[in-house]
Amino acid sequence: MSGHPSVVAMTANSLLQVILVILGGPLLLGLMRKVRCRMEGRAGPPIRQPLLDLRKLARRERTRPEESSWIFPLAPVVLAATILVVAAIAPMLTTRPAFGWAADLFAVVFLFLLGSVFLALGALDTGTAFGGMGASRAMTIGALTEPALLVAILALSVPARTSNLPAIISQSLDHPAWLATPQRVLALVAFVIVIIAESGRLPVDNPATHLELTMIHEAMVLEYGGPDLALVKLAESMRLVVLFTLLANLFIPWGIAGAPGPSHLALSVVATAGKVAFLGIAMAAFEVTVAKLRLFRVPELLAGAFVLAVLAVVSALVVA
Amino acid sequence: MSGSSYSSALTLAAGAVLVSAVATVWLASIRSVIQVVAVQGIALGAVAMILGAHRSDPGLLAAAVVVLVVKGTVIPLLLGRASGGNTGSRESRPLVNVPASLVASAALIMVALVTGRGVGTLVGSTAGALVPMGLATLLIGFFVLVARRRPTFQIVGLLMVDNGIALTAFLCTAGFPFLIELGVSFDILLGVVVLMVFSQRLRIEFGDVDIDELQELHD
Repeated sequence: MSGHPSVVAMTANSLLQVILVILGGPLLLGLMRKVRCRMEGRAGPPIRQPLLDLRKLARRERTRPEESSWIFPLAPVVLAATILVVAAIAPMLTTRPAFGWAADLFAVVFLFLLGSVFLALGALDTGTAFGGMGASRAMTIGALTEPALLVAILALSVPARTSNLPAIISQSLDHPAWLATPQRVLALVAFVIVIIAESGRLPVDNPATHLELTMIHEAMVLEYGGPDLALVKLAESMRLVVLFTLLANLFIPWGIAGAPGPSHLALSVVATAGKVAFLGIAMAAFEVTVAKLRLFRVPELLAGAFVLAVLAVVSALVVA
Repeated sequence: MSGSSYSSALTLAAGAVLVSAVATVWLASIRSVIQVVAVQGIALGAVAMILGAHRSDPGLLAAAVVVLVVKGTVIPLLLGRASGGNTGSRESRPLVNVPASLVASAALIMVALVTGRGVGTLVGSTAGALVPMGLATLLIGFFVLVARRRPTFQIVGLLMVDNGIALTAFLCTAGFPFLIELGVSFDILLGVVVLMVFSQRLRIEFGDVDIDELQELHD
């Protein structure tokens, strides 16, 4: 039956999305690290190095702080699970994933937020100074990034008149004129700033250092080790892939499979991987050129992203 | 000019006016704020130009030229010159901090959208739909006027209020008649010159122009 893929095919699509996200996360990090090293004149580790690191961590013994409760081991699991759910339901390879009706804008942002909140709770649960400091900083930033993410995508949902992500993407495929409007540019800028903040990259946070004055994400995961740390690292890299894919598909939707069938899907895998790799290389190149912002300037940047997103929604409403 | 490219060009120009108003709230260095004022003046001139070309109204086109010259060139140059050597200085202690100001301007934009939509539907067409952007620029201008301490920023706020009024007027009607636009532009120009001279004198007299530091009047 053409036009309506079978349940089996849709489930296969979603499984493929999940597997590609799990593998693609560490590989994307490896690629970004490689690009950075090359631009700084170093050879850099091989691209598959993060995967090897994860294997090494996963084989180690599980440790936990003495005073911690059940929240501590639960936090990485919840973080990884929420991102896997997003990876399964979001329109990453096809505009018709299984449970695509559930890939509502609000649901997806809520899932991202749930993961971050649990990671912050896990950090607080350790009872160490660094954990509390990291959690407080992460929540300060999260309080501005999550609304900005929500409002930026809301600007895209105004012309489509739906908050369902697959529907937004398939409608923008049908109306190429929507792709070059001012509100989309504003939403794009806001979205990019949000991704930088969400994934804890420069200039908001520096994933390569453990400097107590500035670290945000690393301070939260300081107490994790072994398989738990592997899960946190894997989840963070998967979050980056999911956000990049959403960015690519929402703003440059060409290449995503709009129709069922293995040939469309194969093409979509190649196109999406290409788009995500391009975004990763661009972000790594950007990171080489910027310095980290002072921690007190970060809320300014994020509030700016939020206002840009609001402007995008307002102009979308005005034009509509 | 075809219908859709007219409306998207008009949206882009009006959007640029509003985005530069938000940029003023965001930025702290005087030099970049003066550049933003120039961008806003040019965008406002572009709005008048696009409307004039669409309605084939020579008066509006002449008003556009006046706006481009006065608000896009002369006033930014004057502001840059009057701030003298210290264009690199920053607004260090605004009354409302930057993140809160940005969130407040988001709220002001929403207020403008809610209140301006009625006017917009009354006017109709693309231009009418953009009226909330003019009102938002006006409100953000008032906010800058209130929330900043440095005189340069307060003058910029005043300019922004005027730009907001001008944008709303251009969009609502066919703009002011040319002579009135000319008069208003030169009024503003004169106001800016007087304010700059005044703040210059204050700085020479007291070494600083922070208005909160002026606690008593001298003879």
